[in-house]
Amino acid sequence: MTSSSVTSRRNQGGFGSGLLRTFGGGALDLVTEVGAAGLLLWRAFLSLRKLGRSFHLIVVQMRRIGVESLPLVMITSIFTGAVTAVQAAYQLKEFVPKIYLGVAIYKSVSIELGPVLTALVVGGRVSASIAAELGTMRVTEQIDAMDAMAIDPVRYLVMPRVVAALIMLPVLTIFADVLAISGGFIVSNLSLDVSAKTFVEGMKLFFFPHDVLGGLFKAFVFGGIIAIMGCTAGLRTHGGAVGVGRAATRAVVASCVLILIGDYVLATLLFKVIFGEA
Amino acid sequence: MTGRAIIDIRGLFKAFGDNEVLRGVDLAVRDGETMVVLGPSGCGKSVLLKHIIGLMKPDGGSIVVEGREVTGLDRGELNELRMRFGMVFQGAALFDSMTVGANVGLPLVEHHRTGGSELDRLVEEKLEMVGLAGTAHLWPSELSGGMKKRVALARAIALDPDVILYDEPTTGLDPVMAEQINELIRSTQGKLNATSIVVTHDLHSACFTGDRVALMDEGRIAFEGTTDELTKTENEAVRTFIARGRRPLPGEREADPSCDRYGLF
Ligand SMILES: Nc1ncnc2c1ncn2[C@@H]1O[C@H](COP(=O)(O)OP(=O)(O)OP(=O)(O)O)[C@@H](O)[C@H]1O
Ligand SMILES: [Mg+2]
Repeated sequence: MTSSSVTSRRNQGGFGSGLLRTFGGGALDLVTEVGAAGLLLWRAFLSLRKLGRSFHLIVVQMRRIGVESLPLVMITSIFTGAVTAVQAAYQLKEFVPKIYLGVAIYKSVSIELGPVLTALVVGGRVSASIAAELGTMRVTEQIDAMDAMAIDPVRYLVMPRVVAALIMLPVLTIFADVLAISGGFIVSNLSLDVSAKTFVEGMKLFFFPHDVLGGLFKAFVFGGIIAIMGCTAGLRTHGGAVGVGRAATRAVVASCVLILIGDYVLATLLFKVIFGEA
Repeated sequence: MTGRAIIDIRGLFKAFGDNEVLRGVDLAVRDGETMVVLGPSGCGKSVLLKHIIGLMKPDGGSIVVEGREVTGLDRGELNELRMRFGMVFQGAALFDSMTVGANVGLPLVEHHRTGGSELDRLVEEKLEMVGLAGTAHLWPSELSGGMKKRVALARAIALDPDVILYDEPTTGLDPVMAEQINELIRSTQGKLNATSIVVTHDLHSACFTGDRVALMDEGRIAFEGTTDELTKTENEAVRTFIARGRRPLPGEREADPSCDRYGLF
């Protein structure tokens, strides 16, 4: 009786209210997830005092998060740079001198495209794999087993992943910046009729170190988001193989949404409040 | 054997939503004995064990281990207590990203900072105790179900615990392997002089490994006594449980006739 009344009530809502409910439910889930992630991050922070003893675990994660993401980041960033060059050239056209092409590419890559696109592609890859791994450990009672032998899963599993991601995302972003600008440079040179000299001159004209630093700070924060959302979804997994799949999806959705929201917040904070004053 | 209660559970209550699993469990386990908790599948045996080691928090009641209330401990105190416990999980719960040797050695590395040849020696010693010498380099995915359970036991006894909790150590194993595990529980008990709690729905395993037996029924302990008393009692729940084992339903496992020496059949 109860179950049938529930289904019928569900069916009564038209497409609009169904959509609203789905959206509301999703937003609510995200809020709960972020709350849990905050708590987990705090516990991971507290376990930093055992950092020295976790060194080997961090190195393993740095390889998995950083080195293994490198091919993906390389391809993404070269083409990002190339596309940026083509688009910028099209938009600047005759109105703006060609010398500004280099600076347009350099600025958009180092401030925005490098950190954000790197975080999005690495986030999809890494947060899903963290969530699936920890989720599998949760449903097969490996997390319980760890707790039962008095080893804190936050110290042993979460903290190394967060630390590794905090380090590796800026490193990957440096690679991405360099490759994207190179991609832009090559395209400008070969097909847009902008000489190497003009391109570099333009870049030098408006080179501010805080553009790059701001971008790398973003990457640092995005690294934390990716790792902690993967770990949160993983540790909160329940319900077998289906649960593990759901956890991976949740991790990717949560980290991508938070990266984009975080990007806006950080952009305002960094380039309006902090560097904007200067 | 007549020692004081090392684990004293009073009125333990736990529900998952509407599903009231534990409804007032009372159980005392004495120092040095092997207590077997019997009960049909799904009656809450695993849930009970997880409460003892603090993996689940009860809705009501108390669990006192050596005079300390487990339910009120903070994380640090709980971990101190857990160092003296070993638990063999129902599904073995081996870390599948580590070799057998690393699994068994993990508690040693983490808690005693053991390393090098000393670690290898201790790991090999524990593996030998469970009859798996020379398997340290294998991965959990390369092991059979019975081997996994034995590795889980080796890992559980790595820190020489005072209390060992076994969750269904023989379930799903063939009779020969089950017998081996039963003997292993017995011999481990002899070697380490630990207190053990064995959770099972296998009557034969209960008779063989247990000093005393408790039967869980409807979320409570319906019977508690020695294995001899179990066979003689007129207790309704016990008779029903035994009768169910004697006349297996189609597809259920045949009752083990070797329990006959206790006059059950
Ligand atoms: N984490 C959990 N969340 C919700 N319900 C649970 C949870 N763990 C156990 N239960 C429920 O508690 C009941 C008892 O489960 P438990 O695993 O303790 O049974 P068991 O006696 O160990 O059975 P078996 O012999 O099959 O292992 C079951 O109805 C199960 O659905
Ligand atoms: Mg169980």
